[in-house]
Amino acid sequence: MLKTFPKGGIHPPENKITSSKGIKRMTVPKVVNVPIAQHIGIPAEIVVDRKDKVEIGQVIAKSGGFVSSNIHSPVAGTVTKLDLIIDSSGYKKQCIVIRTDAKNPSNFEEVKEPLKMDIKLEPKEILQRITDCGIVGLGGATFPSQVKLNVREGTVLDYLIINGVECEPYLTADHRLMLEKAEEIVVGIKILMKALHLKKVVIGIENNKKDAINLFKKVINKEDGIQVAALQVKYPQGGEKQLVRAILGREVPKNGLPLDVGVIVHNVGTIFAIYQAIQYNKPLIERVVTVTGKKLDNPSNFWVKIGTPIKDLIAEVGGLPEGTRKLVNGGPMMGKAIKNTDVPVTKGTSGILVIAEEEASRGEAKNCIRCGECVYVCPMGLEPHLLMNLSEKGLYERASNEDIMTCIECGSCSYVCPSHRPLLDYIRFGKNIVKKLETSKN
Amino acid sequence: MTDSVLYSVLLLVSLGVIAAIVLYIVSKKFYVYENPLIADVDELLPGANCAGCGSPGCKSFADKLVNTEDISELFCPVGGNDVMKMVAELLGKEVAEKDPTVAVLRCQGGCDVRPKTTEYQGPRTCAISAMVYGGETDCQYGCLGDGDCVKVCKFDAMYMDKTTGLPVIITDNCTSCGACVEECPRDIIEMRPRNKRDLKVFVGCLNEDKGGIAKKSCSVACIGCSKCEDICPKDAIVMVNNLAYIDPVLCTLCRKCVDVCPTHSIIETNFPPKKVKKVVEKKVEVKVAVVKEQIVTESKKSKTDA
Repeated sequence: MLKTFPKGGIHPPENKITSSKGIKRMTVPKVVNVPIAQHIGIPAEIVVDRKDKVEIGQVIAKSGGFVSSNIHSPVAGTVTKLDLIIDSSGYKKQCIVIRTDAKNPSNFEEVKEPLKMDIKLEPKEILQRITDCGIVGLGGATFPSQVKLNVREGTVLDYLIINGVECEPYLTADHRLMLEKAEEIVVGIKILMKALHLKKVVIGIENNKKDAINLFKKVINKEDGIQVAALQVKYPQGGEKQLVRAILGREVPKNGLPLDVGVIVHNVGTIFAIYQAIQYNKPLIERVVTVTGKKLDNPSNFWVKIGTPIKDLIAEVGGLPEGTRKLVNGGPMMGKAIKNTDVPVTKGTSGILVIAEEEASRGEAKNCIRCGECVYVCPMGLEPHLLMNLSEKGLYERASNEDIMTCIECGSCSYVCPSHRPLLDYIRFGKNIVKKLETSKN
Repeated sequence: MTDSVLYSVLLLVSLGVIAAIVLYIVSKKFYVYENPLIADVDELLPGANCAGCGSPGCKSFADKLVNTEDISELFCPVGGNDVMKMVAELLGKEVAEKDPTVAVLRCQGGCDVRPKTTEYQGPRTCAISAMVYGGETDCQYGCLGDGDCVKVCKFDAMYMDKTTGLPVIITDNCTSCGACVEECPRDIIEMRPRNKRDLKVFVGCLNEDKGGIAKKSCSVACIGCSKCEDICPKDAIVMVNNLAYIDPVLCTLCRKCVDVCPTHSIIETNFPPKKVKKVVEKKVEVKVAVVKEQIVTESKKSKTDA
């Protein structure tokens, strides 16, 4: 029996159409819109001005505080304006618009990066480099990595878990990255082992990616302390708390972090970004994005520059098919519908999903029939129907007592509800208000 | 037979007496003194329990009025100055007179002028759709049209206009309790003074985008051209973030700004229809006069005929 987390979980159709498509390099976009708030925490501060010439990898916005991150120019070109552009939040946000210099060869030449095994930097330098290169968690939450790795002295830390689960349906970005850059990822893991003085690492991969599991088993054969764990296919196994529970059997406390039970979790994409930052001093200016959808002509995985408008990606896969109803930034479960195709790719964009008319409708919300399905599937052991009612009626204090804040917003409850009730919508709303109330109290 | 009747009557009477004694003792022992003034003041208050004053209900507001020394800061928006004056007389305290206010909707972006560019499928409340994204149109400042303000209004002073998709405020019913202002996630409802005959001039837009973008998303948007600011004789109009704001205190309701606004985003309410300009009038007058004469004579004829 394969390992998994015990509470709840669902198994939506996988639809991993693009899992056999190699990662292609996207044509360099003519214009990039780089938002300054791509990570959780304080937005970065812009350090360039209109008409400035920028090089690839130049810092264009500096980290604005402790929980923040640097942002680098993904292309060589000219800053044309600092404008407000709708990003995936659905609101206009400050962006740096850079026009790519078509004559600058550095934009178009393909840099060959052979595998570099030996790690020269010292642990402190490694953390500094990660900070400088603006690495954030690429699994979707975009939490600045240096904050996660900044372990206070005295904290017991014995495991590093590498998240290669990719439990979201449709998405294959991490899967392809693991297949194509397995050796680099292992070096990346060693970098972190050195930085954190760790001895034990587990790479968690769901069993629907057998090729990746076998490949890693081969690559790490000789290494000490790194293991691969094949996991049962179940959503939301990619959630930190679920993954720690599945692999190590440790329960992360209610409002705590994996660090409280001596574990740090990092996504494979982040590990690869760390590898590039340490070995090649390359900042985080591009990432793997899966562009997928059942009706697309040519769905695939791409290396995409941060700030590329989504319309360029759509054009790359053959344009929007007829009958498209919804565009989702991310996977179908946790992704967010986007407002128009000018929305730029950010550090947290793992996929663009094109949903057709027949799949996009939500169904009319009916009364709760008390079937208890939502309680059964909740991976956090909450009662979604109750939390929804509480936030709908404005009983935020009670909702807070019912642990509304521990909800990981995986959407399993809304997925299984036979009455199509908007459970997650209301829970998210309640969480927002509870968070506001809590901050105003402190 | 008579015994059982007698016993039951006696039993009930004694039970009653015991209960009366217990109740009497309890009411004496646990007596809580309440200032009788509170009940009197509560009587004067409108009893709407709308919480517009800041207290949860009229009773607690009455309590507050009686127990605070200086009540000049307290105000019942529903009762207005009349009620506050009566309360002040009763309590022998001083109250500050406030200009009556009324809620106005600072958005004119109906379906016809502000086209929808996306479709929202989630639950139909403004609070949630505001959390998710900027709304179904390209204007992220204007009305979301899901009617949270209407749901929260206790005085039937608002309804959703089905053709425009915007809420409408019935000024006569509005008590300016401020519930809708609180509820609106976009802050498009503003309390403005209820002038004589309910005359108001205000900017019906909150779009802070640059002119072109604003105009593209909504044809009656304020484009920040500052024409109104230039023409205002009282300097009552300020431009902040590409958006005009008319200060209700400085504004003398001269309506010069209304004419000059290129997108008609300044709203005037309850003014009598404007006279047509004199130059135009003169030219038309002759014809009108002739026509009128004809009509008059004709009608006279018909009358005499009859």
